[in-house]
Amino acid sequence: MSRPKNQNYKGHGLPKGKEREGEWDFYWCDVSWLRENFDHTYMDEHVRISHFRNHYELTRKNYMVKNLKRFRKQLEREVGKLEAAKCDFFPKTFEMPCEYHLFVEEFRKNPGITWIMKPVARSQGKGIFLFRRLKDIMDWRKGTAGKKLTSLEAQPARSAINPSGSHDTRSSDDQKDEIPVENYVAQRYIENPYLIGGRKFDLRVYVLVMSYIPLRAWLYRDGFARFSNTRFTLNSIDDQYVHLTNVAVQKTSPDYHPKKGCKWMLQRFRQYLASKHGPEAVEKLFSDMDNIFVKSLQSVQKVIISDKHCFELYGYDILIDQDLKPWLLEVNASPSLTASSQEDYELKTCLLEDTLHVVDMEARLTGREKRVGGFDLMWNDGPVSREEGAPDLSGMGNFVTNTHLGCVNDRKKQLRQLFHSLQGQKKVPS
Amino acid sequence: MLQEESDLSLIIAQIVQKLKGSNLYAQLERQAWASLQRPEIKLESLKEDIKEFFKISGWEKKLQNAVYSELSVFPLPSHPAAPPEHLKEPLVYMRKAQGSWEKRILKSLNSMCTELSIPLARKRPVGEQKELLNKWNEMGTDEPDLSLFRPVYAPKDFLEVLINLRNPNYENGDSLSFRTHLGLIQVPLKVKDIPELKEFFVELGLTTGQLGIDDSTQVPPELFENEHVRIGQKVLAEQDSAAAQQYVRQGSPTALRAELWALILNISSQPEDILYYEQLKTNVIQHDLLVDSLIYKDVKLTASNDDYYFVFEDYLYQVLLCFSRDTSVLGHFAYSSASPPKSYIRGKLGLEEYAVFYPPNGVIPFHGFSMYVAPLCFLYHEPSKLYQIFREMYVRFFFRLHSISSHPSGIVSLCLLFETLLQTYLPQLFYHLREIGAQPLRISFKWMVRAFSGYLATDQLLLLWDRILGYNSLEILAGKILAAAVFAFRAVNLMEVTSLAAAEAVLADLSTLKVMPLLQIFLFATVT
Repeated sequence: MSRPKNQNYKGHGLPKGKEREGEWDFYWCDVSWLRENFDHTYMDEHVRISHFRNHYELTRKNYMVKNLKRFRKQLEREVGKLEAAKCDFFPKTFEMPCEYHLFVEEFRKNPGITWIMKPVARSQGKGIFLFRRLKDIMDWRKGTAGKKLTSLEAQPARSAINPSGSHDTRSSDDQKDEIPVENYVAQRYIENPYLIGGRKFDLRVYVLVMSYIPLRAWLYRDGFARFSNTRFTLNSIDDQYVHLTNVAVQKTSPDYHPKKGCKWMLQRFRQYLASKHGPEAVEKLFSDMDNIFVKSLQSVQKVIISDKHCFELYGYDILIDQDLKPWLLEVNASPSLTASSQEDYELKTCLLEDTLHVVDMEARLTGREKRVGGFDLMWNDGPVSREEGAPDLSGMGNFVTNTHLGCVNDRKKQLRQLFHSLQGQKKVPS
Repeated sequence: MLQEESDLSLIIAQIVQKLKGSNLYAQLERQAWASLQRPEIKLESLKEDIKEFFKISGWEKKLQNAVYSELSVFPLPSHPAAPPEHLKEPLVYMRKAQGSWEKRILKSLNSMCTELSIPLARKRPVGEQKELLNKWNEMGTDEPDLSLFRPVYAPKDFLEVLINLRNPNYENGDSLSFRTHLGLIQVPLKVKDIPELKEFFVELGLTTGQLGIDDSTQVPPELFENEHVRIGQKVLAEQDSAAAQQYVRQGSPTALRAELWALILNISSQPEDILYYEQLKTNVIQHDLLVDSLIYKDVKLTASNDDYYFVFEDYLYQVLLCFSRDTSVLGHFAYSSASPPKSYIRGKLGLEEYAVFYPPNGVIPFHGFSMYVAPLCFLYHEPSKLYQIFREMYVRFFFRLHSISSHPSGIVSLCLLFETLLQTYLPQLFYHLREIGAQPLRISFKWMVRAFSGYLATDQLLLLWDRILGYNSLEILAGKILAAAVFAFRAVNLMEVTSLAAAEAVLADLSTLKVMPLLQIFLFATVT
């Protein structure tokens, strides 16, 4: 794939370039730049930018919860309880400190379970801790809640990008906005995660949203499972290394071997599950995950400021429990694109390449494609079905969604065929 | 004709003898007694009725499987006057070589022992026992100081020994002729050539469907895959070992593989088996062996650093530590050219009454040993089942990969097969590599010793091991045939290299290879 020379791609991670104002056609921007400049930047028809203005409706934990709750109520009203129950993939969450009393009520109803406290807008596992007693958070409340961050603490996101444009050598999983007031959410901790080799893991999946109205979303076939370095046990809730699977946290663990990378590609994960539980159970798990992606996007559909210039590549973090039920941990608007290993590097470069293909600055696609490279069109203002003849293992009738998460990704071949046929079509005189 | 008959009756007698001591026999007896109460069993036709009952209730199938299992492992019938060493290894010079190799290993182990002043075995103090019991499921978190331990030997050391093997009765003459072997292995063993291999591996032919080829995305599943899966389910329902073995030659579907392998190896998790495993576990807790540290070191060096298998680190300890204490493994030495090393209680050197086998299972692990177990962790998650499967795989196949013998599945034959194939069908490549000092065997040896574990992608490896089980032979292994196919595949690149290091680099990463297409091309599509 050759890049047309008349286009001007602003590189990923470049500092806010006030000196290059107005000279770009495609900008893979920081969220901080977006916040400052989006509202007063004029963009031509063809220009594309890699974030939606108010993506935080989906990616900030407290907003996500609000939107999902509201969407669920709506579904219950309009369609029914069964459909609404499909939204129950988010562990019970309460915003702190405003929902503190609601939280205490729920806490009292379920004595002895573990809760997790997460700062709303920080990443890489910072500031997270587990607790079982109200006393633990009383102490914390007196300490930090509601305080404004000092100017020192407010720096991290900016200093992570050094002048040469590359990120910090510590692979940051995601970058986030910095907000002056520290908000937290208290979430029910999933105590029975699915373990492999005694270790906890979560899944990172990539979803590309081209527009919200109408909702068009693509699912990337590859992704990975990130393992915690130590064996899972509920005995030591103070041990961050056991519970938090971000690579950033794992990297600081004394056990960490950099060569390992603690990651499995999704294909391997899928194979492992299939050999253990059989193909039907795996089909069901993956279609439940499809449900998470679609419902979460639908819940913010009306809230996100839809702009035809915007698209966004999200990194979804999913946790599987022992009953093979997937839970949504969070959605990241700027998933880390630095690589921890050769395999990782391949995945991320292909992911970026295919993203650019779908964004289609060169206007080569017809708009009717269901698959571009490693991306499958998951939702196009309605469910998208697979090609005819696919076996329906989920038992949901004849409809099989067009998603292939963890399946074979023969993207090079597909891209070759696709562009070949597009060229052929263009040659036909209109 | 008469000879065959008497051979047959000899085999039958031996198998009956073996099975009489087994659990299955006791169960069958119990079942027979219990069946007397059934209405259809009549006194007049007692024998036929009980036989009929066994057939219907599935016990006959179990017996069939057990017999089949014995046959698979049993060495070929030999002359009744042949001494037991011949059963192990008929060729004298091979026996001698194996004997001296074993002496070297033992010497190395003993010297490590004295250097580090660690006893070969010691009883653990109670506190330590408790600690180990608590940590049983996460032994990988332990970081003992292993810096002073070295693996007893590595595959390349073993290769050196094989290279120096010579048959004293075979005189090749000084002059080079077309018979001169240009490879590293210089012993005249009979190995199959491609037409014979084609016949042996007929199910891998181009016209037969295969998993690993015909289940790829371009091929519609109706053509082969669906039917194959259906047959697989049927085979499992019938619980027939022999059928399963035949079936698996075309590959096993992911979801059925664990059960199919268990069926072929005749492993069923009986309470006695679980108990036996627990007993081994207790042995581990109570006594600490020097080989334990070797196992730890090996796991940390190999499996823990592997992208695919690091997750299973704990299982590896649980299996390997128990394995080294399992005296039932000693049984395989009857048909292996190797012999278990002996150790003597302190102060009683040479006195047979005070000799024990060390380690208890007679197998000293080498560098990379843990990789035999790692792929199995993908299929079996219950420690005692995983253990049984591994043990069975070891005593049927893996032991041949690190002992010197003339068996067609033994490593010497495999190496020779590899070199012969390569020399015959890719002479230019072979010669070129030899010229630049990169003898192909030096590169492929490590693949074969490890049965390709850790070199191929897991799903491809499992497809390969399907065929090992299916044909009850390591020849395909990686062995030689696959190794040769890999070289053929990368031949173009290899022709360009000018050093051993560069050749190694070309062949360093096998993780993208698809096993079955390679094999088919090499075996069936090459012009002979």
